[in-house]
Amino acid sequence: MDGINIIRGRVWKYGDNVNTDVIFPGKYTYTISDPIEMPKYALEDLDPHFADGVQPNDIIVAGTNWGCGSSREQAVTCLKQSGLGAIVAKSFARIYYRNCLNAALPALICPDAVDAIGNGETIEIDVAAGEVHCDAGTFTFQPVPAAVIKIFEAGGLIPYTRKLLDKRRGVE
Amino acid sequence: MGQTFAEKILAKKAGRKRVIPGEIVEITPDVALSHDNTAPILGIFKKMGGKKVFNPEMHAIILDHATPAPSTKHAENHRVIRDFVREQGIPYFFDIGRGICHQVLVEEGLALPGEVVLGSDSHTPHAGVMGAFGAGIGRSEMASIWALGNLWLRVPESVKIAVHGELPPWVTAKDLALHVIGDLGADGAIYMSVEWFGELIEALNLSQRAVLSNMTAEMGAKSSYLPPDQKVFDYLDGRAKRAYEPIHPDPDADYTIVKQYDASTIEPMIACPHTVDNVRPLSDIAGTHIDQAFIGTCTNGRLEDLAAAAHVLSDKKIADSTRMIVIPASSQVYKEALRKGYIETFLSAGAVVESPGCGPCMGNHMGVPAVGEVTISSANRNFRGRMGTKESEIYLANPLVVAASAVAGAITHPKDLE
Ligand code: SF4
Repeated sequence: MDGINIIRGRVWKYGDNVNTDVIFPGKYTYTISDPIEMPKYALEDLDPHFADGVQPNDIIVAGTNWGCGSSREQAVTCLKQSGLGAIVAKSFARIYYRNCLNAALPALICPDAVDAIGNGETIEIDVAAGEVHCDAGTFTFQPVPAAVIKIFEAGGLIPYTRKLLDKRRGVE
Repeated sequence: MGQTFAEKILAKKAGRKRVIPGEIVEITPDVALSHDNTAPILGIFKKMGGKKVFNPEMHAIILDHATPAPSTKHAENHRVIRDFVREQGIPYFFDIGRGICHQVLVEEGLALPGEVVLGSDSHTPHAGVMGAFGAGIGRSEMASIWALGNLWLRVPESVKIAVHGELPPWVTAKDLALHVIGDLGADGAIYMSVEWFGELIEALNLSQRAVLSNMTAEMGAKSSYLPPDQKVFDYLDGRAKRAYEPIHPDPDADYTIVKQYDASTIEPMIACPHTVDNVRPLSDIAGTHIDQAFIGTCTNGRLEDLAAAAHVLSDKKIADSTRMIVIPASSQVYKEALRKGYIETFLSAGAVVESPGCGPCMGNHMGVPAVGEVTISSANRNFRGRMGTKESEIYLANPLVVAASAVAGAITHPKDLE
């Protein structure tokens, strides 16, 4: 998992049930299609400071059910493009969780860490070891499922599929 | 120990005897459903190096989200999709006006018992009404299915919801769904397969059952299932596009959560702004002013829902201060509603009837609210900003209550109009 083994960044902390309509507003889903444009609108309706303030490797720490609502992938893309390093949450909405892993954006479930981490704090995540280090101590999370690691290692589902397609064509 | 529906169908699809929750399996779906987002998916498919889709027969592509196109940009989006469909020889394509994808999938006999539907839409669990395993997936995942034919799925834990008793007058499956969501919470069934049983479920017709499978998405669930019975088989007679084989869970299956509900104690329920699990009994909030009433969507835009609304509206007018929008869920529903005189009732009452599709449900067009306005809707979502502006409020209710509220100009119990 080159590049995403250790993530060290500042925390943006949010609450429970943050839905995809506030992460990336529905009104933009068919008008803004260039991923480069998307970070400008990230979390527009939740935190007007996020889009301008986010730094590479920053980390979102959130409560339960982060990313509930529609299946729109832009709600992951806009954060990935903004340089966000990871999201640590108590739980994720299912599709959002999948979209994160498929985009090689680590989505880590660690309820105890969420309670312990404060907004603005700098934390470090060791993805391979399954550990979050913060002011309050070290917390462990369930490692990313093995079947998904290969997608992670390829850099996301798109390069992963491309690799497999090329391979299939090679044997044909 | 027996297996739940989700475990059984995923084991079968993975070619395994049994699977356990948490396990990852790779499967090939029977149906890969996409809508207006087919064009962006195509962009990803090309980025992946995709040329020919894995199996054209697997696709169901239904244009519904912004139809007819409200802008040139949307029209371009549709054109790209039509070109793609022709080029790949995709047989199950339904152009603008046919209806909302989840409804059309059922009407066209493409959501079948014992089959797997993966859709790039969060309400794909809707297919559970036919005893299919329906789950929503992301756009890249859909593109990957187009390319490779398969996808990884995590075998979900399962929730059993057993409902007994009868629904009181004015109370519908929508109220039951809202009641359960209010009880379990928006994350109450996160990642899980929600499997509905009990004498009430058996008694409901397919239209009402579909409200339950549809709204299951609002509990965070992966999929939903209602046991397919004779009503389902009769409906599919002459309609099913393929032979199918129903799958039923084992009687001794292991459910992570088991809930029992008594339908006879439920009253009309309302999901208040801005979350679907912010559920209150109608009596608590009756009298709340509304600017707009909306009957439609994959949740409550079927013939039965239009019949219910027309029943309330017959010989009445909607309040001067209020607009009402009616959008049939499909062209079949529209035709039947015309034949039965419901459309005339709506027009006479002062409502606006639009062509089948999602309409203003997610803020695209055909009746989005203004800043500060309040909508009562038969849809499934009331998130802030859902209908276009975050400065507006959405209340979710059953179609009888939506229609009664349009007449009164405020949230109203339909029995109070009589
Ligand atoms: S009607 Fe609404 S909820 Fe249903 S598919 Fe369309 S946008 Fe989604």
